[in-house]
Amino acid sequence: MNETILNKLKILADAAKYDVSCASSGNKRPNTGGLGNALAPGICHSFTDDGRCISLLKILMTNYCIYDCAYCVNRRSNDRPRATMTVQEVVDLTIGFYRRNYIEGLFLSSGIIKNADYTMERLMLVARKLRTEERYNGYIHLKAIPGASPELIKQAGLFADRLSVNIEIPTEQQLQLLAPEKDFPSVLQPMNQIRTGIQLYKEERKKYQHTQRFTPAGQSTQLIVGASPESDQQILSLASGLYDQQKLKRVYYSGYLPVNDYDKRLPALKIPPLVRENRLYQSDWLMRFYHFQADEILSPEQPFLDLEIDPKLAYAIRNLHLFPVDINRADYEMILRVPGIGVQSAKMIVDARRFRRLTSLHLKKIGVVMKRAQYFITCNELAAHSRDWDPFVLRSHIIHESQSKYRKAGDTQLSLFHFSKPAKITSQPSMLFKH
Amino acid sequence: MAIILYDGTFAGFMTTIFECYAQKLEPTNICKEDSFQESLFSEHIQIVTDLEKSQRVWNGLQQKLHPRNRELPVLTFLSEEDGIEMRLYRFIKRVFNSRQRIDTDYADPDVLTLKKIERVVMRESMRILQFVRFQQTIDDIYFAPIEPQFDVLPYTLKHFKNRFADQKWLIYDVKRDYGFFYDLDQVTEMTLNEKNFSIHDGKLADNITQEDEATYQSLWKSYFKHINIEERKNLKLQRQHMPHRYWKFLTEKN
Ligand code: SF4
Repeated sequence: MNETILNKLKILADAAKYDVSCASSGNKRPNTGGLGNALAPGICHSFTDDGRCISLLKILMTNYCIYDCAYCVNRRSNDRPRATMTVQEVVDLTIGFYRRNYIEGLFLSSGIIKNADYTMERLMLVARKLRTEERYNGYIHLKAIPGASPELIKQAGLFADRLSVNIEIPTEQQLQLLAPEKDFPSVLQPMNQIRTGIQLYKEERKKYQHTQRFTPAGQSTQLIVGASPESDQQILSLASGLYDQQKLKRVYYSGYLPVNDYDKRLPALKIPPLVRENRLYQSDWLMRFYHFQADEILSPEQPFLDLEIDPKLAYAIRNLHLFPVDINRADYEMILRVPGIGVQSAKMIVDARRFRRLTSLHLKKIGVVMKRAQYFITCNELAAHSRDWDPFVLRSHIIHESQSKYRKAGDTQLSLFHFSKPAKITSQPSMLFKH
Repeated sequence: MAIILYDGTFAGFMTTIFECYAQKLEPTNICKEDSFQESLFSEHIQIVTDLEKSQRVWNGLQQKLHPRNRELPVLTFLSEEDGIEMRLYRFIKRVFNSRQRIDTDYADPDVLTLKKIERVVMRESMRILQFVRFQQTIDDIYFAPIEPQFDVLPYTLKHFKNRFADQKWLIYDVKRDYGFFYDLDQVTEMTLNEKNFSIHDGKLADNITQEDEATYQSLWKSYFKHINIEERKNLKLQRQHMPHRYWKFLTEKN
């Protein structure tokens, strides 16, 4: 028994790992007298050799699939080991891992077996069993299977914190080519249903105290980058629409890995487009936390992201007329747009300048990356650098400077901007007293 | 002018602040009583920890601090940094004595230093939530050894109590030789006289380990290996998020 479950876990984790979403954030679920809770910022419990966070037990219920999507390892024409877990097996694994503090919860997806409803029902059953029989209040993220009946999706939403439907291929035409058995409407239908469900839940919650939760951590989706020829601008404007109109919580970007290199519909890539993927995440970050609009990041004349510099720096260089920013006067929004100043530093600047005029020395101590920021700010004694620069010259100047730095520091280009959003652990001081 | 001794707890430190105001003391140093070296000429005052007084100081502070800095006094205190008491004492005095809020004056070296210490301690306490790994004993207690850089375990108890409300657990700070035990009702501090676990990898002795435990450990290890994407290997990034010093007690890394 142990051997078989071990074997199944290997196969089903291998099959699930290309879905990049792993966040356990977005919902605060209290523990109501059982096991577990969910914290709004989420927690990463481990990091794999690829540097990615393990927050959730991410597995497929089964990697058998009746479909044959070109970009997927689990497509039916691939000859690879297959396995299926029972509802009880997934439940036991989740609880066993959770009690040992290995994970924040479960992210369960599945290949399509028999039909959409049959597959969706099994996912829903796992969530229901966890919530009702195990009295489990940890995080649950379920995949909503396109084509499943609205009733099943509704059921799933009552037990899950998050639901996601993956779009995968950013344009309908390319999706037709790579996954002829799928279409946009079947993806958008459950997405719309979930959006309306969440809206309804939010309104009801305002009126009544006891409203049944519906997908309280919202929905997300994934886009594969580099399997089809869409431009970054197409991808970002799709993402922006998903945030604004579909009210999605997260859009994930997955650099295409050549898993099925025999399929001639796919580009022959030697290495996954990781830099491009990273630039997309940075742009996404700018839209969600830095109040940028998609069309400020890219335009039809400039449809691809600059791979050599990050999108915030690229924006500043394209818009030199908006700089330099006066650190002691400018409003928060504008300070946030300065390359080298993150959310944390921007807040500290606004707080600290009430007491005295800030100098470049203060900024440095607060944590501003002056090497970057110096071209875009003025403060007490620092003269503006930006006026005299030609955008092209400035761009290559900064690249040159940072490259000599990277050569020393190794490859740090791939790490995202590091603004940690630390969990707020509020505690009563009385809990802290040792006696 | 005097050296003040207190019991080393945060409540003790808060009481110290209280007494400084009440008795108009001007300490030259504030020391934990068990690390204080008596010398012939030093005059010292012993503070008796008083929960009520300490609570009053805490409440007073809460009203004078920016919402973002409400936890700063306790977090920086837990850093155990040399001289942290005096630094905090000066800061708290300034907070109480000025009519305006001064705790966001980050261009001031004392304030900025405290803010930086807070950030580091906060991260360490976050890492306890991330990297604690429980093993189940035959008496159904979930046991986890840890070795945090700062004395942050007390700060994380509320989290573990909420989350693992229906299982007994014991989290043990091996470095400071004390821990907390939750018995399904209360959390109590305790020290283990006999250590039934390896101090090298934290493994419980076989004879007190629950039957299923080994299975779950190998399942987790195997999951850890198979969820990795080889083509994206980035050990540097891994270490940045999960520094090497935590690996010792991580099931998946042993
Ligand atoms: S339906 Fe899903 S699992 Fe099946 S081949 Fe397509 S992407 Fe893969």
